[in-house]
Amino acid sequence: MSGANLFGICGAALVGLGLYGLITNPEPLRKILAFNLLGTGVFLIFGLISRRAAAAGFPGDPVPQAMVITAIVVAFAATALAVALVLRLLEQTGRATLGADNPVSEIGNP
Amino acid sequence: MSSWFFADAGLVLLVLAIGASTIFARKAFDAAIAFVVYGLLLAIAWVRLSAIDVALTEAAIGGGMTGTLLLGAVARLRSAEPDNIRLGLPVRLATGFCCALVAAGLAGTLLLLPEAIPTLAPAAMENLVHTGLGNPVAGVLFAYRALDTLLEKVVLLLALLGVWSLAPNNAWNGIPGLRLYERPNSTLTFLAQILPPVGIVVGIYMCWVGANAPGGAFQGGTILAAMWLLVIIARLENAPSTGQLWLRIGLVLGPAVFLAAGLAGLVSANGFLAYPPGYAKPFIVTIEFALTISIAVVLAMLAAGPSKQVQQE
Repeated sequence: MSGANLFGICGAALVGLGLYGLITNPEPLRKILAFNLLGTGVFLIFGLISRRAAAAGFPGDPVPQAMVITAIVVAFAATALAVALVLRLLEQTGRATLGADNPVSEIGNP
Repeated sequence: MSSWFFADAGLVLLVLAIGASTIFARKAFDAAIAFVVYGLLLAIAWVRLSAIDVALTEAAIGGGMTGTLLLGAVARLRSAEPDNIRLGLPVRLATGFCCALVAAGLAGTLLLLPEAIPTLAPAAMENLVHTGLGNPVAGVLFAYRALDTLLEKVVLLLALLGVWSLAPNNAWNGIPGLRLYERPNSTLTFLAQILPPVGIVVGIYMCWVGANAPGGAFQGGTILAAMWLLVIIARLENAPSTGQLWLRIGLVLGPAVFLAAGLAGLVSANGFLAYPPGYAKPFIVTIEFALTISIAVVLAMLAAGPSKQVQQE
């Protein structure tokens, strides 16, 4: 097993960890964090795919690498939007949970 | 089995342990700190995968920028009512089992990948001469898949539109509610005075060198954004109000230049986003510089969040 494979397996484990956090953690901010972890796991899998091209005499396949760079930037943009939504929820309702027992009457008050 | 293999194994264990601590940490603050450390460790993993461009992006955006964003959010969420909803142990065990299955399935697939390696690396390398670039990743980003890069900038602008739309009515076009340090902290002020000159040079250099070596518009732009945020947080300079014209121009400059160069390709070359033969590099470097400015402004504004207060004249 090569070192690159090791990082691929690490990516797979991170996807599992992120998925677990996304499902079990009740706080929205922690869910965002877990989703980012899941994303970096997928990126690492791309890293393994890129590194596999090294066998053909290249340091790595630039195409998956460029895709990962794009993905990291887009993931940050999505995270920023999600965090802003959570903070707005806090401002509006005084709480930042996704529980079903949110008092509906408070929502909508400026 | 070389010593590198054991070093990699150690790194993977460390990444997994820190990654797990971002999920299992009791306090959100600890999780956010762990996420920054995790981003930096992951950058080392990318270096080991010979993807220096990705390593720089991960360290700057994945670790640094996302970390800043999360830490700011954690600080503001302290006032939130604690959430006592916890899933029961059986549900958590079942979820853990299913997630482990997903991870095992993925890992199994990765270990059983077919021997034949589908790769575009040879084609990317062969045609790199025509672009005048030395960095194949920059070649992919600005020549082969330029449309992706252009649309990604549009996604960044859309995300910023979304964030700005969350401003309350009375704070429209106001100053972003970035958390500033109340006490003029001497260490932070000192850092904010001494670091930006170095950071700005490094950011511009990284953008320039990106054509031939690892680096580029994303990494350079992120460093510039970080320097700007540092100066704002240390209260050496005020955050700009979101309605200012120069800010709006900075936001759209990169995508506009990119689009203009793409449309010029319709006339001077043989298609949208095609560069005239022999002039590819000047075109790409111009686009990269304009994009660096826009990326710096967009990232800083995304991290600063929606406007909170109206500007006092």
